[in-house]
Amino acid sequence: MKRVHGTILALILALAALGLMYAKISRLGLPLLPHQLEQVWSVEAKIEFDANRHATVVDFDIPDRLGDYVRLDEYFISRGYGLNVGVRDQNRRAEWSTRQARGTQRLYYRLEAVPQSETEADANPKQRPPAPPAAPVYQEPMASAIQDVLGNVRDESANVFTFVSQTLVKLNALAPNDNVMIIRENIDRESEAWVERLIYVLAGANISARMVRGVILEDRSTAQHLTPWLEVHNGQRWEGFDPRTGNRGYPDNFLRWTVGDEPLLAVEGGRNYNVSFAVSRYAQSPTTVARARGEANDTFLASMMLFNLPVNTQNVYRVLLMVPLGALVVAFMRTIVGLPTLGTFMPILVAIAFRETELAWGVALFMMITAAGLSLRFYMERLQLLLVPRLCSVLVLVILLMVIISLVFGRLGIDKGFSIALFPIVILTMVIERMSVIWEESGPGQALKEGFGSLSVAILGYLVMKNEYLTHIVFLFPESLLILLGGFIIMGRYTGYRLLEVARFKDIVEAEDGTAKPHP
Amino acid sequence: MGLLSRIRKLKEAGVVGINNRNRGYIMPRNPRALYARVDDKVETKRLAVAAGIAVPELYGLIGAVHDAKNFVHMVEGRQDFVVKPAHGSGGKGILVITDRRRDMYIKGDGVALTAAEVQHHIENVLGGVYSLGGQPDQAIIEYRVKFDRVFEQVSYRGVPDIRVLVYRGVPAMAMLRLPTRSSGGRANLHQGAVGAGIDMLTGHTTLAVCNNRRISEHPDFGTPLGGLAIPGWPALLILAARCQELAPLGYLGVDMVLDAELGPLILELNARPGLGIQIANGRGLRGTLDYIDAAAPLPTEAEARVAVIRAYHESLRGTG
Repeated sequence: MKRVHGTILALILALAALGLMYAKISRLGLPLLPHQLEQVWSVEAKIEFDANRHATVVDFDIPDRLGDYVRLDEYFISRGYGLNVGVRDQNRRAEWSTRQARGTQRLYYRLEAVPQSETEADANPKQRPPAPPAAPVYQEPMASAIQDVLGNVRDESANVFTFVSQTLVKLNALAPNDNVMIIRENIDRESEAWVERLIYVLAGANISARMVRGVILEDRSTAQHLTPWLEVHNGQRWEGFDPRTGNRGYPDNFLRWTVGDEPLLAVEGGRNYNVSFAVSRYAQSPTTVARARGEANDTFLASMMLFNLPVNTQNVYRVLLMVPLGALVVAFMRTIVGLPTLGTFMPILVAIAFRETELAWGVALFMMITAAGLSLRFYMERLQLLLVPRLCSVLVLVILLMVIISLVFGRLGIDKGFSIALFPIVILTMVIERMSVIWEESGPGQALKEGFGSLSVAILGYLVMKNEYLTHIVFLFPESLLILLGGFIIMGRYTGYRLLEVARFKDIVEAEDGTAKPHP
Repeated sequence: MGLLSRIRKLKEAGVVGINNRNRGYIMPRNPRALYARVDDKVETKRLAVAAGIAVPELYGLIGAVHDAKNFVHMVEGRQDFVVKPAHGSGGKGILVITDRRRDMYIKGDGVALTAAEVQHHIENVLGGVYSLGGQPDQAIIEYRVKFDRVFEQVSYRGVPDIRVLVYRGVPAMAMLRLPTRSSGGRANLHQGAVGAGIDMLTGHTTLAVCNNRRISEHPDFGTPLGGLAIPGWPALLILAARCQELAPLGYLGVDMVLDAELGPLILELNARPGLGIQIANGRGLRGTLDYIDAAAPLPTEAEARVAVIRAYHESLRGTG
């Protein structure tokens, strides 16, 4: 029971951490890898009109739900106008107003959006199906043309969607018959009027249909207009149809702007108004994106992220969260490998110091200062000072050594000398003191062994703590430290040999094999 | 030989590693609360005296820096003495004065020290330089053991001692520890001392180890290390077994010396005895420890507990 206990605990900890991490990845779209940039689309709507020198009110539909996209942010750029954002029907509506406007006016609305992560797409809110429309009273000859087309299709189709599809194919036929010609009435089939005509025809079969408008996201496209599209409801959900071909679905990169056939833009007190769209794409740090997604979807998970803290505090945690990884290296090197170190956490502290100085330089400094400090310490020994004052004297000497190194390197024009100032002097002082005691008590061999043991563990620890991938993971997913905790529990139960013991006990085994075995 | 097959061979030989010693023996058998009794040498000495076990005589105890100079009074009229930290480990901080000439104190290695230098050493001890964890410590001033001449040919200065590993009150394995030049006269294996395994039945040395490697001759003198007879071996084993009553630690290291005049003395007890004893004996500990575990409940009489280990070795001899 006792034996299983630790393993189960470690497993539970790891599973809890993985579960939390999975939730964050799937719901917030947090990236597992650093530097994975996410594509952000920026859509800018430009409204232009000539003002009448009167009070002016501009009504403009702005998107609410974006289909396959999520809104990161939006900006309203309009000098001298008051802004009011409200809701009308299924759309949001921006209302700009001003007392007096003169000349050509330009108002901008910019939207930033990213593709939705997969789970979000499933989470469509339940909507009541719209009531099927009553069949309109058609005028002749339209009435008989529509009856004919709908009647033909009804025999060939199984459900609403295939019915719509077939109707659209017929109405868009390359070689249209007379009835189709009557319905088409020379309407441009790229226009909103054509979608409205289709809705009108489908109403004859009591099918709920509506128009949506959207922007086709294409990098660096300018002066774009909204693309009208047809949506049909089959009693359960809305489905998009290409009004020109009858194909089901939406265009690629379709960002839905408005729903319904209300005019997109209305300007009161202005003339010659029009709106055009410019699209561009840029890459953004995924954490920023995840943060915005979190605000849009899951506020609790998002509020538990470290990047909600002030930047200073964040930076402290960036270092702090790496310390357990350094501890992992120490624990591994000591319990599994069996390398001796000066103190348990000393190598981690030295490794953190290396972060300030870069590795090669840090190691050089460590050795230089320790060697110089040790020789000074042996000189101090001859003065026979008490422990604490002696430690303090070593501290003073270490600081002075650093000053000298900085000055010398500064003169030589090597700016590396200055980063030394951040090298924790107290740690070095302790290293020197401990090494000198071991030197005296167990000989220089043991002292150098432990010194180099600490140094190599510190180097390894530094390499692990500097690893961008790991830094990224522990900062975005601090819960991953629970996996580490589980690892420590497992490691704490390891009773096998340390790797260096295999060499240490070699002679026992060789006697076992052996030549002469005098005992017993 | 590959790493895995080496590990398997060690396992087959019953070699106990440090992780296994800590988790399998020290943690379950040695309650932490009892560590104070063995880590504090003053306490160990007091308990031993109360139990009638012979220890080196205490000349004095120094607890504060301003008392350090008083060591002169404590050693008044004594030709030789030892200064050691009450909480030292691994033989650290032990100063052996073997002789006095005028105002000078002669160290074991022949170097003469002034009273001020001895005082400085005591102050270092008090400051915690040699204690576990660097806490302030006390300095013990005690009788210097005049070791039995039998080991003169195999020790380089210092005091040779006998380490007995006592498991659940049963002496499990033993070795003779001999100082060398490179150990600086200290009897600790990791400082370079020689460890010679002792046959538990006969009390004769068998193999020897130095710096984890098998040797057959003393590295400084070239004298053979096998076949040395330890005088009064059966009494030594019983003394070691009795030490378990001072501090009921299940996994205990007992360090003893043979004094030329006073016979066996307990030098100190160790709650974390090392594993080098296995190399010195050319044998893993596991078989012995398993045998003792199987023999539980163990007798309360020290003599009877020694009989357990004799029975084990007789059974080995029978099959071997």
